[in-house]
Amino acid sequence: MPMQAHEIETLIKTAFPDAVVTIEDLRGDGDHYSCMVVTPAFAGKTRVQQHQMVYKALGGRMGGELHALALQTKAP
Amino acid sequence: MLEDRIKERIGHNIASDDVVLFMKGTPVFPQCGFSAAVVGVLSHLGIKFSGVNVLDDDEIREGIKAYSDWPTIPQLYVKGEFIGGCDIIREMYETGELMEMLNTLGIDVNPQPMQA
Repeated sequence: MPMQAHEIETLIKTAFPDAVVTIEDLRGDGDHYSCMVVTPAFAGKTRVQQHQMVYKALGGRMGGELHALALQTKAP
Repeated sequence: MLEDRIKERIGHNIASDDVVLFMKGTPVFPQCGFSAAVVGVLSHLGIKFSGVNVLDDDEIREGIKAYSDWPTIPQLYVKGEFIGGCDIIREMYETGELMEMLNTLGIDVNPQPMQA
């Protein structure tokens, strides 16, 4: 069952309450999203670490239920 | 938990070349859009690299995700270090960071003209 955009946002915001999360359903199929996450929690972290933090927040769904999530991360 | 035997196999693959791309398919025939995108960036930058086709080997396909704590394929390694997947390679390419990092690590880069 593909994930809904709001589910992705809720999971990320649960882990990073102060994050600004912008999600776009690239193909309208619930399977290909682009997602920008901006949170102070990323400060001082490498891009790889920032993405790993988001993947952890998604609780192992990345690469499984969630097939394609074009992710961009930034500290404010 | 990643078995030592598999960890060693992966370590051997990573050490087999300066630039190693764990991907779906081969550099000549990528079988996934994300893998093809990274192959495109590396080819455009004229970088010599080795491709490891994870579709041929389930142990590597799953093991590499535990090895780098990264849930997806492709995965790019330069001089043994995990650099990122498709999103990060594309972003680093667009910001020029990829070229800078490769030069710093002493990797030969000779950008090719963009195919029309």
